[in-house]
Amino acid sequence: MEKLINDFSFGLFFWQTLIFLLLVFLLRKFAWKPILDAVNEREEGIKNALLSAEIAKKDMQKLNSDNEKLLAQARVERDAILKEAREIKDKIVSEAKEEAQVQAGKMIEQAKAAINSEKNAAMADLKNQVSNLSIEIAEKVLRNELADKASQTKLVEKMLGDVKLN
Amino acid sequence: MHQISEIKFRQIIVMVFSKKSFLYSIVALIAFLPSVLLANSPEPASGHEEAVTKENQDPKAEIKKQINEVKNHHVLDSHSFNFFADEETGKHYGFPLPIILWDNGLHIFSSSKFHEGKSVAEDGGNYYVLHHERIYKTDAAGTLTEHDGHPTNAKPLDFSITKGVFSMLIIALLMFLLFRGLGKSYSKNGGVAAGAGRFFEPIVLFVRDEIAIPNIGERHYKKYMSHLLTVFFFIWFLNVIGMLPFGINVTGNISVTFGLAVLTFIITTFTAKKDYWLHIFWMPGVPVPMKIILAPIELMGAIIKPFSLMIRLYANMFAGHIVIMSLIGMMFIFKSWIGSPLAFGLSFVISLIEILVTLLQAYIFTMLTALYFGAAVEEHHHDDAHH
Repeated sequence: MEKLINDFSFGLFFWQTLIFLLLVFLLRKFAWKPILDAVNEREEGIKNALLSAEIAKKDMQKLNSDNEKLLAQARVERDAILKEAREIKDKIVSEAKEEAQVQAGKMIEQAKAAINSEKNAAMADLKNQVSNLSIEIAEKVLRNELADKASQTKLVEKMLGDVKLN
Repeated sequence: MHQISEIKFRQIIVMVFSKKSFLYSIVALIAFLPSVLLANSPEPASGHEEAVTKENQDPKAEIKKQINEVKNHHVLDSHSFNFFADEETGKHYGFPLPIILWDNGLHIFSSSKFHEGKSVAEDGGNYYVLHHERIYKTDAAGTLTEHDGHPTNAKPLDFSITKGVFSMLIIALLMFLLFRGLGKSYSKNGGVAAGAGRFFEPIVLFVRDEIAIPNIGERHYKKYMSHLLTVFFFIWFLNVIGMLPFGINVTGNISVTFGLAVLTFIITTFTAKKDYWLHIFWMPGVPVPMKIILAPIELMGAIIKPFSLMIRLYANMFAGHIVIMSLIGMMFIFKSWIGSPLAFGLSFVISLIEILVTLLQAYIFTMLTALYFGAAVEEHHHDDAHH
């Protein structure tokens, strides 16, 4: 202890305290404050960056799941639309078939009616022509027959002769 | 019975030696050699005249005396900056430093006036003499009246820029330039440290994250940061220049550690919150008689804490310097092909340890300072803490 007190030098203590305090105040202003501020700022920056990255990741995940949901929904909708379309198609086809059948039936009826009337007309025409022709033939035959008076007479006689035979 | 104990003893010996590694044996050697050396060396004050008379008969004693002088000179503060001295010609290589005295007025002159303590310096009609790095007022002839080996002459107030003050100024300048550079580099370099200071950025962060925040707490640590950082680097850098071969020993000087410890004490006392004083004068959670007994103990503790800081740093650095100087001195005492290399090896190993100690002591000082600051601002929750 005596050695410690002996070794103690007030001048050195004085200068040490002065230099040290001056150093503390100078460094506080020019060094520690800017250093710690910069480091803090950097750390805050890193923290914020990590945080925003995390948020972005979550957003991305959310977006992904949304997308999947949308896709699934779209798939369901597509299936529904396809189904509906198929139904509509079937309906249209069957309706068309029915209509076609009805139409065809009608046409056949019409055709039959037309054929009948045509046939009747043709038959009537044919009858007329046959009668005309018969008449003409008869006229020609008659004229021909009648041109030869002798034979006519002969014929008449013969007919008459036949009548007598009856 | 006797045999059994002997066997046991042998077992213990074998056990100790088989487990002893090389490092342990070195540590043991280191621990014992200086004490042996110190025991052999004569006391500088009492053996002074004897050594002079023996000079011609015993060259070994002369060497020991020289080593002792160098050692004592090395660890103490000095009024001039000497790198080395040639004992034979008495020539000192270095530079003088300003002497500033307050003796009924300011006296400023160069330390070269003392001629390394060999002559009387005159300034403004007063005569001063340098004796064992103390300045005494004297007459023109330089007579010193001694009592118990200590001069009783009047001592003027000595504000000289000594070797220690000069070293501190250099370190202060270095620290200022280094850390101002680091502080400036952030804004210039987009928030990233640049320059030589960037090597110290992790250490600044270490002081903040490992010393300040755990000991003081997230809430209060900021106002102590400037002091803690400055104390840490100041002690560390001064310790490191103590390892350079210029014979600087600033942190191993009681005046310097006293100054640092006083600042710790003052800051602790003046920033202390109500709880700190409550825990000193009226310890909560103990019976009243205990409170009365505890109060003086706690009060003493408040002073002993910085006192231990002062002694720890001083003793560690002082002892480190003494050990290294002693081991270096042993090289010259042995003067043999076996002893001197051994002493060299030892001093080398100790130097390596001392390099670690430079950082360790700075860390411990800062750590404990932070701990005391932490105690000053700690807020107790008496309801759950004390039952």
